Amino acid sequence: MVNAFWIIIAGSLVAASCALPGCFLLLRRQSLVGDAISHAILPGIAIAYLFFGRNPWVIWISATCFGLFSTILMDWIHYKTKLQADTAIGVVFTFFFAIGIILVSFFAGNVDIDQECVLYGEIAYIPLENKWLGVPVSIWRQLILLVFIIAAISIFYKQFLITTFDEEFAKLSGFQTTVWHYALMGIVSLATVVSFEAVGAILVISFLVVPAAIAFLLAHRLISMLIISVIVSIIISFAGYWLAIAFNASIAGAMAVVSGISFIVIWMYEKIKKIN
Amino acid sequence: MNSLFVQDLSVSYQRKPVLWNINLKVPTGKLVGILGPNGAGKSTLIKAIMGLIPIQSGQILILEKPLSQVRQQISYVPQRESVDWDFPASVFDVVLMGRYGKLGLLQRPRTSDKEIALDAIRLVGLENYKDRQISQLSGGQQQRVFLARALAQKADIYFMDEPFAGVDIATEQAIIAILRRMRDDGKTIFVVHHDLQTAPNYFDWLILLNMHLVASGATHSTFTSKNLEETYGSKLTILSKIGELRDKSEFPARES
Repeated sequence: MVNAFWIIIAGSLVAASCALPGCFLLLRRQSLVGDAISHAILPGIAIAYLFFGRNPWVIWISATCFGLFSTILMDWIHYKTKLQADTAIGVVFTFFFAIGIILVSFFAGNVDIDQECVLYGEIAYIPLENKWLGVPVSIWRQLILLVFIIAAISIFYKQFLITTFDEEFAKLSGFQTTVWHYALMGIVSLATVVSFEAVGAILVISFLVVPAAIAFLLAHRLISMLIISVIVSIIISFAGYWLAIAFNASIAGAMAVVSGISFIVIWMYEKIKKIN
Repeated sequence: MNSLFVQDLSVSYQRKPVLWNINLKVPTGKLVGILGPNGAGKSTLIKAIMGLIPIQSGQILILEKPLSQVRQQISYVPQRESVDWDFPASVFDVVLMGRYGKLGLLQRPRTSDKEIALDAIRLVGLENYKDRQISQLSGGQQQRVFLARALAQKADIYFMDEPFAGVDIATEQAIIAILRRMRDDGKTIFVVHHDLQTAPNYFDWLILLNMHLVASGATHSTFTSKNLEETYGSKLTILSKIGELRDKSEFPARES
């Protein structure tokens, strides 16, 4: 039971950390950028492991830098070559991810990460970790991250709102739209780095996109969209865990499946509500 | 005092010139219409003036100062399609954004900002809709939301990009009445407009544009058939010239 408790807590923290910046990505029609970042951070993680060992803080910084760097590169390619933004994304993130995979496989003997954990995460092992004040250490880290993200979004709420809704108007009102764009990308990178550990590269995307999408269907104001996305994240973590236990399946996978099903259910509900 | 002074302004998109050598002077307290055919560079002109797109050459002064010194005195109403109206925001949320530029980095909207936003909502007649999500408004109501957001900025110079596009006649009348009242308060309003019929009635100053400046001045002296022909007729002239050339067989028809 204690195991279940920590896994659900970790899932909720990670999902909520992704859902909040995910809301802004969705409203900026940049959900795929989150997808790209979640892959592009891999070389950052691998390099940090190689040189500094399993020090989570160094990994955070290194991976976040790679995430930010990849978005700058995508914007630059899009701007310079006049290629579509999604093409630039495809070029950059596959390249970064591939470098990351090569680094991981090449040094697999020396570092304790492997392709398995890169893709699926290791949320199931969280209860076995060292504890500090009775709480597994990675849960402390996930908690710090969530508090940081909530603080950043609430302190700079008006900047994120106005630059997301109407970029030109924001620019004319004196807001540095580029700064806020990369601030958001930085937050997305951080959120993906920490979640990556727990749920792996692919399922991070589910947490970035799906709770935000469900909240978008239900909310009428940005603040309620953010709150709903967090509540949805927690529900998904609960339901996902029990589904995984019931079918003896991957926990992260089950959480993503529950996300998809929840989206369909909410969408149907909204459709039926409109008809009546 | 000049509300706007433009000298030798040229703007290009990917090396293709869009505006060529524009010289303009507009006094304050005018309701100014910017007229011209599609692709004449009307939106480009106001975006260049506001610093939203890079200019190739030229000098722009607003209220006789460079843009960076008068940013707080300028307000902008973009084309309605420029934002996503499915965005989760209420009418009040959007209008309040008009106050954001006046706040410090960490400052939240004050009570006075909220009152100014509510006043602006009342002025455009949307007080019964202030808590409604913007996706549930009609096109005319959405345009009024944008107008209210601009009013909340309490600026001196307003730039509006096609504020009458896709709005019903009642809304158009309501908006023009508000613009006239603003002008009477000494504001200067630049409006990108495409309806020639209403133009002389709405505006007291006209800027006629077709990549180059055809005319700029008080409506009674600029709204002449000669100027209009030069603004709107040039494309026809070019086409008819091509027709003439082809008739003389200097242009072989492609099929032959």
